[in-house]
Amino acid sequence: MNPYIANTPSDVEAMLATIGLKSMEDLFADIRPEHRPKSFDLPEGLSEFEVVAHVRGLAEKNASGLTLFIGGGCYDHYIPAAVKALIARGEFYTAYTPYQPECSQGTLQALYEFQSAICTLTGMEVANASLYDGGTALFEAVMMAMRINGRKKIIMDGGVSPIYRKILTTYTSNLDIEFQETPVEHGHSSREQINKLLDDQTAAVILQNPNFFGAVDDHSDIIRQAQQQGALVIASVYPVSLGLLKTPGEMNADIVTGEGQSLGLPLNFGGPYLGFMATKKKFIRKMPGRIVGETVDAQGRRCYVNTLQAREQHIRREKATSNICTNVSLCAVQALMFMSLLGKEGLKDLARVNLDKAEFARQTLEKVDGVTVKRSSPTFNEFTVMLTHDASQVAEAMIPHGFAAGFPLGRYYPGMEKYMIIAVTEKRTKQEILRYAQCLGQVLKEMK
Amino acid sequence: MELIFEKSVKGRRGYRPPSSGVPVSGKLEKKFCRAQDASLPEVSELDFVRHFMKLSQRNFSIDANFYPLGSCTMKYNPKFTESLASEAGFADLHPLLPQLGQGEHLVQGALQVLYEMESLLCAITGMDHFTMQPLAGAHGELTGVMMIAAYHKAKGNKKKYIIVPDSAHGTNPATAAIAGYETISVPSDKDGDMDLRILKEKLSKDVAGLMITCPNTHGVFNPDIGKIAKMVHDVDGLMYYDGANLNAVLGRCRPGDLGFDVMHVNLHKTFTTPHGGGGPGSGPVGVNEKLSQFLPISRVVKRKDGALALDYGYPDSIGYIAPFYGNFALILRAYAYIRLLGKQGLIATSDHAVLNANYIMKKLKERYDLPFDRICMHESVFSASRQADRGVHAIDIAKFLIDKGMHPPTVYFPLTVKEAIMIEPTETESRETMDDFVAAMIEADDLSKSKPDSFHDFPQTMPISRPDEVRAARELNTNYFTARPEAA
Repeated sequence: MNPYIANTPSDVEAMLATIGLKSMEDLFADIRPEHRPKSFDLPEGLSEFEVVAHVRGLAEKNASGLTLFIGGGCYDHYIPAAVKALIARGEFYTAYTPYQPECSQGTLQALYEFQSAICTLTGMEVANASLYDGGTALFEAVMMAMRINGRKKIIMDGGVSPIYRKILTTYTSNLDIEFQETPVEHGHSSREQINKLLDDQTAAVILQNPNFFGAVDDHSDIIRQAQQQGALVIASVYPVSLGLLKTPGEMNADIVTGEGQSLGLPLNFGGPYLGFMATKKKFIRKMPGRIVGETVDAQGRRCYVNTLQAREQHIRREKATSNICTNVSLCAVQALMFMSLLGKEGLKDLARVNLDKAEFARQTLEKVDGVTVKRSSPTFNEFTVMLTHDASQVAEAMIPHGFAAGFPLGRYYPGMEKYMIIAVTEKRTKQEILRYAQCLGQVLKEMK
Repeated sequence: MELIFEKSVKGRRGYRPPSSGVPVSGKLEKKFCRAQDASLPEVSELDFVRHFMKLSQRNFSIDANFYPLGSCTMKYNPKFTESLASEAGFADLHPLLPQLGQGEHLVQGALQVLYEMESLLCAITGMDHFTMQPLAGAHGELTGVMMIAAYHKAKGNKKKYIIVPDSAHGTNPATAAIAGYETISVPSDKDGDMDLRILKEKLSKDVAGLMITCPNTHGVFNPDIGKIAKMVHDVDGLMYYDGANLNAVLGRCRPGDLGFDVMHVNLHKTFTTPHGGGGPGSGPVGVNEKLSQFLPISRVVKRKDGALALDYGYPDSIGYIAPFYGNFALILRAYAYIRLLGKQGLIATSDHAVLNANYIMKKLKERYDLPFDRICMHESVFSASRQADRGVHAIDIAKFLIDKGMHPPTVYFPLTVKEAIMIEPTETESRETMDDFVAAMIEADDLSKSKPDSFHDFPQTMPISRPDEVRAARELNTNYFTARPEAA
């Protein structure tokens, strides 16, 4: 019935006797007859063997064997076995939020190491111990910026993920916030348009690097302009790219957020992922989410605790910096493991291989009839192509060839139905790229 | 213990990415590149394994320790759901595959998990529809309260307040504030239930809704919950059920039948997805028909030909609340758990959770003050005020328990009870484990009489003793590299 219950019938009898009740039913006397379920229509239970077989049957209904050239914020990177082995330790995954530091130093130290790793990766001074995902982290950053400067206008660059932009719209619909969107011009943030909108009411400018179309930029000039107006700059980043790219810290961004899935987390059909946030030290008290700090114990030994908890909902209630409670600690620890195992050289190499393979794919696809590779800006491992046909239909036609061809832009960008974003990670081989190009050419020819 | 950064040796490597294998190399101008490499550690794979193995050993966990943390439902996390979730077929599935033309046919198995899970949760809770998207309990609350706001906006109602009981989780008032509402707190009566007289005073046409756990954080079930729902509905307010305590009532009552309009379920509590040291969680939200048009998009629908699809065509929807379809890998674990337990297994879950909680309560009530002396549900709330008079506080008892190899109960919550000790054993613990816990609690009480001063030294068996939390906040060191600039 329920194999995870230890009580035997004689335990139940003895326990009820201890409590002084006759039956299980007596335990629920406060639930009046009129409050009882109208129905409880659930299937009968199954054995573990049967559930496993059933779920594997469902898994087989998914096309998980496709070769992925699709990114769009979630990337098909390899996860080393050592990361998978260590994150599967029950001591990590069956622990709760570290409210009792003496028996939670494993989680707490790992989160301190995670914060430090995020800081060195992004070039920032402080980071929190995680938020849900890259999209909701961006919303938290917007709220944080408004808490810092008390302004209400947000300029959002067109290069920010359209999915994240939709999330922001939802959360702010009941709040007194004005969003202004600026277009992307030749693949890059429009300096002119952003400057036009910037004024002394601008709370923050949101930028993404590489942007959604894959373009790499140096936003230092925009950031300088924004800060001259007293606005903050929020930078959304792709962490693996920071193995090579100029950091938001070097550009002097004020708040950095990002999706950490690329740091060793499975694609998992969208979650759980890892939202992270980093900022300047002077803003730490305005930052949402848990923060782990170093201290010493009564014997002077170094140790770690949740700190600055007076920002959080369990202390501050309606005046908290966020309503977040459960975050994604385990995903943060997994990302830390990934960053630690790859290390300084490994992450740089990983970024370099992504860059090289994507460049090879760009050059290969340039020679394919019906494909125009956008060359107006440098890219990392993702780039935009224009096709002679509807990208969504092309992507569909590539499936029988075994490819998830890319992200068709039409749904989010009316008028860009022929455009597609292609991602090439270290997992794509030269042979796969060549075959992909060949199939794409064939598909486009057949559509003529 | 050393930090991973302190184990770093220049030139050491734990993993090599594949070599490029392509005849070209990408070029980036210097202005686009970082000036210095990130100071990530340089360790061998064995260094790495030992470091994280040792870190793991510095944690208490359900797998190794009794963990009666009230309000958190730390039940055993079955191993088979872990292995299922990490198998290819789901773990390797890219969330944007449905966007490849009619790409939903690529993810029919995953959509079936979501679709079936929605209907299982509807059957369990009595709600009419579910969205699986919210990424944690508090995220579910925010989704729910945004739907409440959308409902009032559509009706042209001008509402300002959300009512919460004083015993509520901190997330309730924090959520209401982020959604643009002010909160009104209603105190509890002497039995631990919401004070109906004061609720009546506070209710007005300006009230958008009421958020409540049931059973509440005092561990008791309010027999008048139906009356409360009627009072709130009479001012056109909506009832929000915080599902944090759902583990108490599976098969015994359903929020939908009690008059709740919207609720969230914590899959990481009742449906045993692991807590992971503080997440990830999953907080699906259920609504009745009043609110269904406002549910977030996308929604999983069954087409005429029986295929499942993602539908974005709901003009009244509050919109996107998460990038994709929720924390899928957790939803999958919870789905497998519910299918294994089935109807009778779920009913037994709550029966034994409540039995275990009452067993502990009965055995401890001679020794510890029990502010609400009545049958409890899945948890009981004691006060250590008697021990505090001897100089031994709830926190001291908590540290004593750590030395017994047990994770302490929740302390100092709910805020309504002085020196609160909130004990939730869950259904998966054995009588022997609970007896050991009771014995430890009694020993603590004895010691509070004989040697109250000895508590200041607990715990003694952990890698560290009590940390200096004031120093942590005052000297703020949250980043190894800024604390030790020479390391960067």
